[in-house]
Amino acid sequence: MAAAAAAAADEAERARGRRAALSFAAIAVVLGLPLWWRTTETYRAALPYADIDGLGQLPFQLAVPVAVVFAPGAVPGDLPKALPFRDVQEMEISVNLRTSITSRYEMIYRSTTAQEEAALHVATAQEADAALRPLQDASLGALTMYVVPETSSLLPQGISVYVGKHRGALVRAGGGLAALRTRLRQLTQVMSFTASSIAAALSDRVPDGQLGPDARRHLKSSLGYEITFSLLNPDPKSHVVDWDIEDAVSRYVQPVLDKLSLVANFSVDSQILYYAVLGVTPRFDKESSSFLLSAHSLPHVINPVEARLGSSAASLYPVLNFLLYVPERSHSPLYIQDKDGAPVSTNAFHSPRWGGIMVYNVEAPASPQASLPLHVDVDMVRVMEVFLAQLRLLFGLSREELPPEFLLESPGSEGLADWELDRLLWAHTVENIATVSTTLTSLAQLLDKIGNIVIKDDVASEVYQAVASAQSAMARLAKGHLHSAFQASKEAVTSSERAFFDPSLLHLLYFPDDQKFAIYIPLFLPMAVPILLSLAKIVRETRQRKKEPTKMD
Amino acid sequence: MAAAAAALLLLLAAAGPGRAVPGRARRDALREELLLSPLPNGDVAAAFQFRTRWDADLPRGAVSHYRLFPKALGRLVAALGVQELHLALTQGFWRTRTWGQPPLQAPAGAELWVWFQPTVTDVDKAWKELSNILSGIFCASLNFIDSTNTVTPTASFKPLGLANGTDHHLLRYAVLPREVVCTENLTPWKKLLPCGSKAGLAVLLKAERLFHSSYHSQAVHIRPICRDASCLAVSWELRQTLTVVFDTFSSGQGKKDWSLFKMFSRTLTDACPLASQSKVYVDISPKNKEKELLEVTPAPASVYEAIVQGEKRTYAVYDLLSPSLFNTSRSLNVQLKWKRPQDTELPTPVLHAQRYVSGYGLQTGEISTLIYNTHPYRAFPVILLETVPWYLRLYVHTLTIITKGKENKPSYIHYQPAQDRRRPHLLEMLIQLPANSVTKITIQFERALLKWTEYTPDPNHGFYVSSSVLSALVPSVIAMKAVDVEQSPLFTSLFPSSDGSSYFVRLYTEPLLVNLPTPDFSMPYNVICLTCTVVAVCYGSFYNLLTRTFHVEEPSRGGLAKRLANIIRKFRGVPPL
Repeated sequence: MAAAAAAAADEAERARGRRAALSFAAIAVVLGLPLWWRTTETYRAALPYADIDGLGQLPFQLAVPVAVVFAPGAVPGDLPKALPFRDVQEMEISVNLRTSITSRYEMIYRSTTAQEEAALHVATAQEADAALRPLQDASLGALTMYVVPETSSLLPQGISVYVGKHRGALVRAGGGLAALRTRLRQLTQVMSFTASSIAAALSDRVPDGQLGPDARRHLKSSLGYEITFSLLNPDPKSHVVDWDIEDAVSRYVQPVLDKLSLVANFSVDSQILYYAVLGVTPRFDKESSSFLLSAHSLPHVINPVEARLGSSAASLYPVLNFLLYVPERSHSPLYIQDKDGAPVSTNAFHSPRWGGIMVYNVEAPASPQASLPLHVDVDMVRVMEVFLAQLRLLFGLSREELPPEFLLESPGSEGLADWELDRLLWAHTVENIATVSTTLTSLAQLLDKIGNIVIKDDVASEVYQAVASAQSAMARLAKGHLHSAFQASKEAVTSSERAFFDPSLLHLLYFPDDQKFAIYIPLFLPMAVPILLSLAKIVRETRQRKKEPTKMD
Repeated sequence: MAAAAAALLLLLAAAGPGRAVPGRARRDALREELLLSPLPNGDVAAAFQFRTRWDADLPRGAVSHYRLFPKALGRLVAALGVQELHLALTQGFWRTRTWGQPPLQAPAGAELWVWFQPTVTDVDKAWKELSNILSGIFCASLNFIDSTNTVTPTASFKPLGLANGTDHHLLRYAVLPREVVCTENLTPWKKLLPCGSKAGLAVLLKAERLFHSSYHSQAVHIRPICRDASCLAVSWELRQTLTVVFDTFSSGQGKKDWSLFKMFSRTLTDACPLASQSKVYVDISPKNKEKELLEVTPAPASVYEAIVQGEKRTYAVYDLLSPSLFNTSRSLNVQLKWKRPQDTELPTPVLHAQRYVSGYGLQTGEISTLIYNTHPYRAFPVILLETVPWYLRLYVHTLTIITKGKENKPSYIHYQPAQDRRRPHLLEMLIQLPANSVTKITIQFERALLKWTEYTPDPNHGFYVSSSVLSALVPSVIAMKAVDVEQSPLFTSLFPSSDGSSYFVRLYTEPLLVNLPTPDFSMPYNVICLTCTVVAVCYGSFYNLLTRTFHVEEPSRGGLAKRLANIIRKFRGVPPL
């Protein structure tokens, strides 16, 4: 009896011990572990991962509103409906295996109004373009095409398409609706975007080998650019070079930049660098008694000069360098050779995404005994012509190969036609959104890989902001609102860059794991060992007790 | 492409022919100058000055076209609204006592002081941005300038150029005494020169010689100046100065003779073609009224006499732009020979100072500054500026100023106490120095304990306290004439002279090195380990106590007391225990 009572008491005691051990383990697991986890975890605000993933697909839809206006006598006979009517044409641009972009041309076919008719009754296409301008839809990206009768004298002989300075074009009718449609589609692509211009904007995503040689030449889209003109005079002892850059900039560059100010902020400055030499010694050619720089040595020219150009310490925008090089007296005249060995007519070359260099030879003095230094006044018209052409090339505004029946009006003193600006905006908007998606996707990947990155609330709100702006930019692109889409894409870029480069991301990045363990082990090891041992003991005992009754039976 | 070119041709033709006017008046000018002066103790100081003057206002953000003025600095001035900028990077210490009054002294390490334009709204932000950009341009650790080492002096640093107001809230001053100056700082400095180091005086600037010297100080000063005498328009001036002291006396077997080639291992072959003036001045002032003690070769074309820092001095002048100079020999190697050994008595400068830290232990200490006025009969005031980091807690009530055994009361005192981890102490005083006197200024401090992350990587090296600055108008023995800045040599024209009877001197004392109580840096880990051990021990016994199973050991017959009790209970007829 007493023994049984003692055994019962013993058993109760043992059960109490077990319960105590179990509750220790439970407290450690339920209370201790979460507490430790919460107090040492890196703070991370919630991020819209699904939306970022969705952006990564780049589900673009680019809508171009096009008005096709038929002048009397130009309406083709085989129109499906009576004018006016709407029609939508779609085109797929495939970028890579995952992404393809749909472009929608929202055509409105209508006949001319009385005002437009009056405007078309002028002598030349230029006058018609100027007269039609106030009658057009002036919003960015919207195109108006006037179809004139086949016999119209507006267009010169042999020209069937005339693209004006603004957002209008004249098309000669003829050949029925199908022929007109192909011509219109070609024209729309010239004036808005082509598959290759979109591919160039998305060049990071396009597989290698599918891009044209020009695709990587364009400057990356940025909120601002700095344009620096530098005059390199490696031999100030023999040449005193003067250039009237101030006047040249205000005369030739500023009009273009004023037009481009919609796209980005520009700042222009210039400097003169003395004793700045090219990295390559030119080869002397006896036949022409001149010095030659061959095309394959050009890549080595820039590096030593670049060190002297001076970085733009005061801003973070990319710099476009235009260098005018006046060769030393002992190396002049200096000519640049192209790949075939023929001298380049402009004596200039450009470096993609960097800028351009032009060699400006000083005419040898009439008498060799002319006193040094020689005074040189740079002919800025010649120089600026080359630099402006390079500037257009670098912005991707070069005019592509066109069929011979196309005639493009020269942009005049503005340096840039309205539709060229639209082309730039289409490409930059697409590129901006792609950049945002790349930035946010790599941020998400980084967060996934590195656990120590902190995401504060303000960084998270920037990410949300970027995603929202990018989505609204895409929505506006799909509606054909180019201007507001571009603005939204700029905001998205700003927000995403600010989130990605926020210094608070790095605060805990360099806390190595071994230090963490060194701090935790003195506490965790002595606490964990008794708990684990008693848990093991409890498990062992329960197993034995389960076995014992079967033995009794 | 061809179409584009044609279009551009049209456009350009329409715009009219280029209007390059030949021989346009230059709006900027460069002057370069080298001053070689034998120092009283036999060392040689070489002071280079390159001055670019630009007759243009640097406006905010407008299109800017640079010719001689470096674009990097010009953009900085325009973008951040800088009124005046003075940056000096110095290795070594100018020993005023043995070397005499410096042409332009700077404290050891990096010194930056900037006046901002009144249009700048957030001066602290502009200051931070400026120091970061300068740090990039000059490869120096100026980005370590923050609120803990920046002060706004009220009296010591007045604008050196044109200024409408002197509201000192627009001034920021910082010194980094730890900064080590070396080649990587010299290269960007040379890059700012229009001729680089390719021509002119700058060919002498060879890093391996310049840094093999007792003192090396390179500086950049930007300030607005009057365009002409009527001062209706503003020009901008950039002065790049470099002072180096060669220890020729001890390295030249006790001879004080020197030559350009010996010092720089180069000689001069031409002037910078862009410079409108390029001159070498050699100080050949006769000491002790005995003439013809020394001989310079080649014979100078002209001699320039001026009163510099209160003394009449004679300079041999070599004009590198004069065609006759390089006629006889292709290069210029200025040599100086002493005809007979000089007496070794050193003349003492009128104003000099020294500073040291005293006291023992790691709790308190005392900073003592001794200022000497050796002028025989004139007293003059001096402004003393002390910046002390916050971790030395100054006791201002212990500030004593004693001259000739009597207390000297400063006529102006400005004290801004430090805030921990926010700003340093700033103490500015205007002290009258009687003639022929030594003034001792002492102040006691207590050393603060830093947080363990605030210590530098080598905490046992000590912590630097930057030099204190003495600014004074020292009375001159000889009356001076007012000089025309454009005509006189550069070394006389950086500080504006007030009148003929005194000249401006700015001196820096030695930087101090103070030891702070340094903890054992493994301490945090030891504390963690100790705490964890204590917790683990307590936890272990507690755990044992709660989880141990207690068996009741039934004794066979119980103890003696129990047996006795049971016998008694039997007698009483109660059940046993």
